[in-house]
Amino acid sequence: MDLDATILARIQFAFTISFHIIFPSFTIGLSAYIATLLVTWKITGRDHFHRLARFWTRIFAVSFAMGVVSGIVLSYQIGTNWSRFSVVTGNVLGPLLGYEVLTAFFLEATFLGIMLFGWNRVPPWLHVFSAVAVAVGTAISAFWILSANSWMQTPAGFEMRDGIAFPTDWVAIVFNPSFPYRLAHMLTASYLTAGFVVLAVGARYWLANRHHEEARTMLVMAIGLTAVLAPLQLLIGDQHGLNTLQHQPIKIAAIEGHWDGSKPGAFEIFAWPNEKTESNDYSISIPNVASLLLTHHLDGLFPGLKSVPPSERPPVANVFFAFRIMVGIGLFMIASALFGTWLIWRKRLYGTRWYLHIMSHTWWIGFVAILAGWVVTEQGRQPWLVQGLLRTADAISPVPAASIATTLALFVLIYGVVFTAGIIFINRLIKAGPPDATAEPQRVGTPARPISAAGDAGGVLR
Amino acid sequence: MISGATANIEFYLPLVWAIIIGVAVVMYVLMDGFDLGIGILFSVNKDEHERDLMMSSVAPFWDGNETWLVMGGAGLFVAFPAAYALFMPALYLPIIVMLLALVFRGVAFEFHVVAGPQKHYWHTAFWLGSTLAAFCQGVILGGLIQGIPAKDGAFAGGAFDWATPFSALCGLGVVAGYALLGATWLAMKVEGPVAERMRQHAKFLIPVVLVLMGAVSLWTPLAFDRIAQRWFSTPNIYFLWPVPLLTALLAYAAWRWLDAGREVPPFLATMGLFLLGFLGLAISVFPYLIPPSLTIWQAAAAPDSQFFMLAGTLVLLPLILGYVVFVYWLFRGKVAAGASYH
Repeated sequence: MDLDATILARIQFAFTISFHIIFPSFTIGLSAYIATLLVTWKITGRDHFHRLARFWTRIFAVSFAMGVVSGIVLSYQIGTNWSRFSVVTGNVLGPLLGYEVLTAFFLEATFLGIMLFGWNRVPPWLHVFSAVAVAVGTAISAFWILSANSWMQTPAGFEMRDGIAFPTDWVAIVFNPSFPYRLAHMLTASYLTAGFVVLAVGARYWLANRHHEEARTMLVMAIGLTAVLAPLQLLIGDQHGLNTLQHQPIKIAAIEGHWDGSKPGAFEIFAWPNEKTESNDYSISIPNVASLLLTHHLDGLFPGLKSVPPSERPPVANVFFAFRIMVGIGLFMIASALFGTWLIWRKRLYGTRWYLHIMSHTWWIGFVAILAGWVVTEQGRQPWLVQGLLRTADAISPVPAASIATTLALFVLIYGVVFTAGIIFINRLIKAGPPDATAEPQRVGTPARPISAAGDAGGVLR
Repeated sequence: MISGATANIEFYLPLVWAIIIGVAVVMYVLMDGFDLGIGILFSVNKDEHERDLMMSSVAPFWDGNETWLVMGGAGLFVAFPAAYALFMPALYLPIIVMLLALVFRGVAFEFHVVAGPQKHYWHTAFWLGSTLAAFCQGVILGGLIQGIPAKDGAFAGGAFDWATPFSALCGLGVVAGYALLGATWLAMKVEGPVAERMRQHAKFLIPVVLVLMGAVSLWTPLAFDRIAQRWFSTPNIYFLWPVPLLTALLAYAAWRWLDAGREVPPFLATMGLFLLGFLGLAISVFPYLIPPSLTIWQAAAAPDSQFFMLAGTLVLLPLILGYVVFVYWLFRGKVAAGASYH
């Protein structure tokens, strides 16, 4: 196929998958939070945990719906856009995606019905169980999807016959070399993302002098979670990077803006990688620190971009900048979570309004960090679709560029409308807030009819 | 020929997988069928409160219902990657449009509740999205039946090969069929004037669906020799003639049950109609997965891959069916008017 179709197919796929990943990365974390709230409520019997769970479940419902519909699109787009990829890797990757559907998708989708509509319909233990099942389902889903993605980065356990991959060792395929790191990194990122959303909402309510009890619980739970996970994520990310250096050294060279492998790598704080001159413009860097981080020696050497011809290099600037955005947000998360913990310890959290002000505006940082991280890992793998096996340009479907361009425009239009509406509605739900303690409806034993998950807030709005 | 056990496995595994994918497609058509059908029926039901009621009758289930579509797509990728790689590019446009339509109607389930004054937009999105998705599914089916040309394992046709009068007829058939499923589901799940009107709609739709099914059934053997051969050659015709007869009998029974005000039997009978229609198609198409280019054996994944996945499927599929049944049982009974969402 001509280049135009390849680029259009890539843009279209990048657009739909970036749109999609926003929702699972939020709902993986949020479902775990809701399950935690409900289990805590079951144990302590304190009602505000239950009110909080109801509140977040409405937001979860809207996000999950957007995640489901954009996910269905992807399971078909692999074939519509990358049919050669399907043929070459189907024997290996097909079962991984199949197991995702069987072990996770059905679990989530089915128990979601009980979680959203079972508040008054099923005994509390079954409702709590459903929330846990949904949370576990989302994590299992991540397990399979990240296994498949990791296999594309570090393929293992297969042999090539007539240009098609055949499985030889399923354990090696599923637990391929980069998988444990990627799974840990992504799950932690999801929990952090949800943590910062909860933190922002808690701060917003506290500053607006509303829902005091709920705001306190959200702030303390979110700060506690992120104070553990944000530093941990730095450690996981570091290990992930070392693993990448071993298997995909050129990706690391792009991340570091490291051109010449015969010299130790400098840590580039800022630079503009110039692919024409094969050097960095406007560089502000600390000599030898990249070598120290990656090889644990100041003089350690690691491959540079010039060790391969330009056609074998990823788009350096994108990878380079996306990595810095991700790490910058990560460091901000660590600082704000640890500072928040210190404020809690000094019993000054609720009086430090400037801190709560900043945090009330940081709900989006996790999403940006995740998108940036995926840019690093996916663009960093280019020009390969499956590292060393299949080039992106060879994986394309025989579909005319005009068809792809038309559907791309439709995707942008429709996702734009859906996304905007979704954000507006989630914002409305947040404005409406958790149900009041006094208005809490009878919970147990009433044979009521299904009530919409998001319904109460709709009522408040009118 | 390869002898012994290997040959047997390579013969039976693809067959088993074709049945599993067939089950997933049937499950999808039956379950998302009534839930898309409800959206299609919005065209004759403009009342906002009634529309809320209609949507709430499927709200706890729609997620699970659509998961069967993912199962079908993923199953095809798992078991028959060559077919997946041929089918998707050939039907690129209707597939993408169907998916976009499903996006619109899917988010409407959550959005219409929180939309407040803009509720009617999302009702319209649900109506148009459901109808368009159903029509595209019929077009995709038609595009598959009429055949997909291949060269060296890749799609070798044009971007609009699927756009024929025949596939449009299939599209109409699926829209009418889903509407019938939706009407009998609602006649069973709601009470009062809405249920009564749904019974009337269903009685109108039964002959429409029969005519469309008949038209497709006559068109296929007339236009495609391989299908005429399958149905009208001896001895096949002796085994196959009950299929259309059963269809007609079942349709008549559904009509009588509706007339008598029965609630569950018309819905079951409509599902039976779909099962028979599917059986008829399977008879027409077998052993091809993608007529006339790939049989199920030519399209099959490596036996190792099919086997690895089969082991899990045989354990997990019954479990899944178990909790799907459980959720339907949990939310059994009527969704009454007045006990609306708000």
